[in-house]
Amino acid sequence: MELTLLFAPLLGAVIAGFGWRVTGEKVSMAVTTGLLFLSCALSWVLFLGLDGTTEHVTIFRYLDSGSLSVDWGIRMDRLTAIMLIVVTTVSSVVHLYSIGYMDKDPNWHEDETYKPRFFAYLSFFTFAMLMLVTADNLLQMFFGWEGVGVASYLLIGFYYRKPSANAAAIKAFVVNRVGDLGFALGIFALFYLSDSIRLTDVFAAAPEIAQTRLHFLWGDWNAANVIGVLLFIGAMGKSAQLFLHTWLPDAMEGPTPVSALIHAATMVTAGVFLVVRMSPIYEYAPEAAAFVVIIGASTAFFAASVGLVQNDIKRVIAYSTCSQLGYMFVAAGVGVYSVAMFHLLTHAFFKALLFLGAGSVIHAMHHEQDMRAYGGLRKKIPLTFWAMLIGTLAITGVGIPFSGEWFGVPIGFAGFLSKDAIVESAFGAHTGVGNYAFWMTVVAAAFTSFYSWRLMFMTFWGAPKGDRHAHENAQESPMVMLIPLGVLSLGAVFAGMIWYNSFFGNEAKVETFFNLPAHEVSASAEGEGAAPLPGVVPEGAIFVGPENKVLEQAHAAPDWAKSSPFVAMVLGFALAWLFYIWNPALPRRWAEVNQPLYKFLLNKWYFDEIYDVLFVRSAKAIGRFFWKKGDLGLIDGTINGVAMGIVPWFTRWAGRMQSGYVFTYAFAMVIGIVVLITWMAISGGAE
Amino acid sequence: MIGLEHYLSLAAGLFVIGIFGIFLNRKNVIVILMSIELMLLAVNINFVAFSFYLQDLAGQVFTLFVLTVAAAEAAIGLAILVVFYRNRGSIDVEDINVMKG
Repeated sequence: MELTLLFAPLLGAVIAGFGWRVTGEKVSMAVTTGLLFLSCALSWVLFLGLDGTTEHVTIFRYLDSGSLSVDWGIRMDRLTAIMLIVVTTVSSVVHLYSIGYMDKDPNWHEDETYKPRFFAYLSFFTFAMLMLVTADNLLQMFFGWEGVGVASYLLIGFYYRKPSANAAAIKAFVVNRVGDLGFALGIFALFYLSDSIRLTDVFAAAPEIAQTRLHFLWGDWNAANVIGVLLFIGAMGKSAQLFLHTWLPDAMEGPTPVSALIHAATMVTAGVFLVVRMSPIYEYAPEAAAFVVIIGASTAFFAASVGLVQNDIKRVIAYSTCSQLGYMFVAAGVGVYSVAMFHLLTHAFFKALLFLGAGSVIHAMHHEQDMRAYGGLRKKIPLTFWAMLIGTLAITGVGIPFSGEWFGVPIGFAGFLSKDAIVESAFGAHTGVGNYAFWMTVVAAAFTSFYSWRLMFMTFWGAPKGDRHAHENAQESPMVMLIPLGVLSLGAVFAGMIWYNSFFGNEAKVETFFNLPAHEVSASAEGEGAAPLPGVVPEGAIFVGPENKVLEQAHAAPDWAKSSPFVAMVLGFALAWLFYIWNPALPRRWAEVNQPLYKFLLNKWYFDEIYDVLFVRSAKAIGRFFWKKGDLGLIDGTINGVAMGIVPWFTRWAGRMQSGYVFTYAFAMVIGIVVLITWMAISGGAE
Repeated sequence: MIGLEHYLSLAAGLFVIGIFGIFLNRKNVIVILMSIELMLLAVNINFVAFSFYLQDLAGQVFTLFVLTVAAAEAAIGLAILVVFYRNRGSIDVEDINVMKG
């Protein structure tokens, strides 16, 4: 079953990519979509039927080299299962949605075939992502990691006639390489220290690694911390965290379904998945975990602040994604890995929903993406409006605070439950970085609410702005695009309530869900002085050290901390309402008053400009130096000089030597003999 | 009494005459061939003289080989000349510069 699930998308990609000339456009689209739905159904069966124990499925031996032996294999546990349902569900609905969205794309001529290529890329991406999440060893994970990178590159640059799309694709690829270097170094370090890259062996070696010192760059460090930071640098690249985030907003050049699938729901969460998967390492690497928290919290704040003022509908959602990924890293960093996965799951639903909804709006508005040209679309595209509304309610975190305590069941949209869990966890960490993360995430929650409602108000309320023709012709998207919105809406509404207890709410349930050893058991065992040494690695999906009590502390957070994200959300909503409904002239005035701040946010904290000066220009200067001076001057100069100067001169000279007369040659011979004999005589001959 | 040095002087003289025969002759290829023969004979005299002086027959055996080879060489050289004359109608050294670079 696992194998069918895994290879169905690859089969689809091959059929659509290479066989579309035989099968035709329609069939290739149907085949890829159908195979993805098959994959999705199997994932849900697996997820619901999983009892929590870890299973290993070996496919075949990949390589043997010295002590390094790697299998293609599947590691089936709760973590994998969660990622499987996220990836396959979103991917299958995006496939379905694309049938409608990619139809009659204005970027292509009438007679061009581009759809099979698109679907082949989508399916290939899904396959690579599945390889990543099912990986049994780090090499396979790296394969999937790079596979999704390639797919992302191909899909961002899908409209290859647009120079901006090509530039964005290259940027995404290059920025990701920076992160991948960290990831690769992390894998090397793990192999160096544990002599294996199988996850099981690496986890087993984690306590030992934590005791080791590793010489790296200029100093001696704790090995676990070094590895933790290196792996996180990889995750930063993939998940667009601060300093390596610049590619994500530009990646919106790709078609909208791609943004929904790759740059919101699945690929960008691979970094979070990596950190959670490597939980045994991070549990022993407190400094690295603190670094994760700081970067995550800063990203959440930074991206949300930039999202406040963007005007491109997709860019707003892109920054929102960036910010939500920061939330996930905060949760993973403070040591509540289950909550990071919870937010990953719910975020996949509501963010994919928002993106597909935005795609539906863009589709209706004839590929206009500037929100300033929208307005009053509520009546024109009501179903899209409702879907977007559900998505917005989910991301801003609408729900009833303390409902779990009052009514026994948590009530609220998906984002409410998972985001609050993160904020509470950050508070519950009771550390300096934890408090920093708490305040950052609360402020970011207010920002999130503001920009999400701003998007809604600018798009669906108010008077129609921009091109009148586009507004008049705006019409609801076809059914294939609305069904995915419906499916994802269900997820955005119910995913939080269904799984709240399993991921966060109830400690006993979390433990059985992720197959963790119960804390009480390990505590008593320690009391007897028997088995679990500090740091026996369980066969669970994630590892929570015996000293890690953040989950309990999060539950014990005071009421003001628990309700703070809700308050922030209401505040953000009220402000958005004030700015865009009550008095639409207010934003402009405010922007004029706070011109520097507005510019600072609008230009995304000038990250692109700084990087341009720091890296792009200097790299270009070095490149130009080597091109002009090194390549043209030195190498070409040498070759041209030899070929056009020295060689012809020598041949002319040698040509003149050949007089053709026998006596000249004889003379040369005699001279030669004389020289030889003289030399022999002077140097002492053959003695 | 005629000693080794006389033989060597004769051989050296013959050799130098051979060399100059090649250089100074600008007319006839046959003269060049003859000059080469002369140089070979000079070497042969050296061989025989040293063979006698050192009481070692190997030198004289070698001389016989050289003579054989010289005969063969002369035969081939003259044959080439005949063919060349048929083709070009001349065996003047001045005219033979087909190999000029």
